[in-house]
Amino acid sequence: MDALIDQLKGEIIEQLNLEDLKKEDIDADATLFGEGLGLDSIDALELIVLLEKNHGIKVANPADGKKIFQSIRTMAEFIQANKK
Amino acid sequence: MEQKNHINTFCLVKNGSISIDGTISYENRSLPAADFIKSAYKHFQINYPKFYKMDQLSRLAFLASELMLKNNPIAHNNAAGDIAIIIANSASSLETDEEHQRTISDKNNNVASPAVFVYTLPNILIGEIAIRNSIKGENTFFIFDKFDADFMSGYINSLLNSNKIKCCIAGWVDFYDKNYDAFLYTVEKDKGKLGIEHNSEQLKNIYNN
Repeated sequence: MDALIDQLKGEIIEQLNLEDLKKEDIDADATLFGEGLGLDSIDALELIVLLEKNHGIKVANPADGKKIFQSIRTMAEFIQANKK
Repeated sequence: MEQKNHINTFCLVKNGSISIDGTISYENRSLPAADFIKSAYKHFQINYPKFYKMDQLSRLAFLASELMLKNNPIAHNNAAGDIAIIIANSASSLETDEEHQRTISDKNNNVASPAVFVYTLPNILIGEIAIRNSIKGENTFFIFDKFDADFMSGYINSLLNSNKIKCCIAGWVDFYDKNYDAFLYTVEKDKGKLGIEHNSEQLKNIYNN
């Protein structure tokens, strides 16, 4: 799980152009939207694309997004549970 | 009698050089366009994380607006609805349009990037400036072959003289295929620090020098 979290941090920094951040700056349990990383609605779409492109997983139900994208850890748990 | 309006600050970014109110404030002629814009952003210690999410056109506009508005903070001195943003360019958002095209043309990986797609309109750069400075006035983006000082001065003077706005952020911001050129200026009724009369001749003088 730790390796996947580390990989996700790198992917998010690259995909979302978070050039000011390094992996170690990101807390795996911090909220991705609002107070934590401060991501916005376009970033949310990018995260959906990232899951599909990099991990082959589609978010079938948009309503699940809030839970999946709560933090990097919840994203990693979702990837692990849905890995083909 | 027709009222005179004034250019109270301006910023030029081109050929590896940035000048504010006619004084060169940053130069690095060895860097390619995108790297130059990023290096200037860092040099001036601007802190706005969303900068890195913008396309090159918006980054260029944002950089020029930040540097210029430091000298003349019109957003603090006027009501949000009284400030217009009128900008033009030649290449529209073609740089980003092509990037989007490349993304969706890749047969093995043709998922469009939402972050790229949102910048496939040139007037998004106006939105970036407006959001940063909480500006809510009229805004328009024009596409011309080249900077049209006659049109821009006439249009903006008309807006000011009809009291539709009290001031305006205006100019030219173009980015395509390694070429970049930004000329932003503020126009107000009041004569500010520079107090250059806002007319076609003065705009041409500033832009071409």
